[in-house]
Amino acid sequence: MKKQQAVAKMTDVMAKFVSYTGKILPDDVYAKLEELRSKETSELATTIYDTMFENQTLAKKLDRPCCQDTGVLQFWVKCGSKFPLIGEVEALLKEAVIEATVESPLRHNSVETFDEYNTGKNVGKGTPTVFWEIVPDSDTCEIDTYMAGGGCSLPGKAMVLMPGAGYEGVTEFVLEVMTTYGLNACPPLLVGVGVATSVETAALLSKKALFRPLGTHNENANAAKMEQLLEDGINSIGLGPQGMSGNYSVMGVNIENTARHPSTIGVAVNVGCWSHRKGHIIFDKDLNYTITSHKEVEL
Amino acid sequence: MAKKILTTPIKAEDLEDIKIGDIIYLNGHITTCRDVAHRRLIEAGRELPVDLDGGAIFHAGPIVRPIKDQEGKYEMVSVGPTTSMRMEKFEKEFIEETGVKLIVGKGGMGKGTMEGCEKFKALHCVFPAGCAVVAAETVEEIEDQNWMDLGMPETLWTCRVKEFGPLIVSIDTHGGNLFEKNKVIFNEKKEKAYAEIIPHVSFIK
Repeated sequence: MKKQQAVAKMTDVMAKFVSYTGKILPDDVYAKLEELRSKETSELATTIYDTMFENQTLAKKLDRPCCQDTGVLQFWVKCGSKFPLIGEVEALLKEAVIEATVESPLRHNSVETFDEYNTGKNVGKGTPTVFWEIVPDSDTCEIDTYMAGGGCSLPGKAMVLMPGAGYEGVTEFVLEVMTTYGLNACPPLLVGVGVATSVETAALLSKKALFRPLGTHNENANAAKMEQLLEDGINSIGLGPQGMSGNYSVMGVNIENTARHPSTIGVAVNVGCWSHRKGHIIFDKDLNYTITSHKEVEL
Repeated sequence: MAKKILTTPIKAEDLEDIKIGDIIYLNGHITTCRDVAHRRLIEAGRELPVDLDGGAIFHAGPIVRPIKDQEGKYEMVSVGPTTSMRMEKFEKEFIEETGVKLIVGKGGMGKGTMEGCEKFKALHCVFPAGCAVVAAETVEEIEDQNWMDLGMPETLWTCRVKEFGPLIVSIDTHGGNLFEKNKVIFNEKKEKAYAEIIPHVSFIK
């Protein structure tokens, strides 16, 4: 396959996959929502959940984006240094977004800053966002896709704590976001927490945390314990679906961490709304692909 | 329990028995109306091109598309609520000026809207966000569109709807505000959760 053909093929697959993820929720999110629905008891909470499920059924049947805010597209690319299209990936993802915007259709969500106009194509300077991780000696390319909507991006917050604040301070920081902005970000939320040195390292990890499959835990025992403590704690607040009260609040809490400077604890929170439109696709060097997030997908 | 359905034009007495947390539905007409429309009426003093007396507005910016071979006709593709709080600054006066009886949006609204709803008898309700296809499917027809110079999201799209909902009442005509009430409860529970977590996270020794 010539390079040009290969680029066209990967662009086409990614355009179709992006479009698909705007219509169908990933398997883990859907299953978790069903579980949370079954644990709600009030008429208010169950009625809201029923509407959410009806919406997903209709979106599939009518082939329409399930939420009108199809977000800014973001891609977390874990690319092997020997993947043949490593140099083309970023440009072809942009092209794929333009195609998906017309095909799907996706809402035009790219406003050039300072010049303040909507490009009308859903792409602009630095959008879609591409986060890179290079894997030495590998020839595959793994991509996490995400539709970063306005509602779920708004609660995002990062700061650097003094070590004296400890993990108690991290707890306070996360809980505070839940009852202020989190409430309006369409719960049940997926909460991503990053713990590192500075604002950007923590923030990047908090986004990465949103891609981790639901139900998995941080490999560090203390971090995993904190995930569970925060999940139980936030659930006990009882935000319920849409933040209108219920028995639960979140789909999960995922923490990602790195080592930190001895004088700082960088912490960040990012949330995914109930309509958490993420996808995960893996390409091999011949561009055969496997989609792990949606088992029934046919592109 | 039978579905509580309001039909436009809505009268003040129709709202008397409705309380915060109730779930209602709407038959009749609802017009999308958001930031600039509010600003034009209240700040610029321009007359609204739609009669909203006894009517309903939806804080929403929809995706619509022209219907093929029918000039000036559009269909609703996707419509979901937007954050109502952005309209808080104008809403009390808006209710007084227009006589609107039902405001639908996302999230809570503040003191001005509470006063407006109590004094002039109106409700603020929440339509579940992220359910844009359900909402679009209750629109039988877009009967009229005004102020199209504002662009697709801000145009006043007047829709005929059937059983539009569920609409969760967040502000009633008796001074009740569901979000304000919940906020107090959530904050109490948050403090309790914090106290329960911290003994277990002293990882720095």
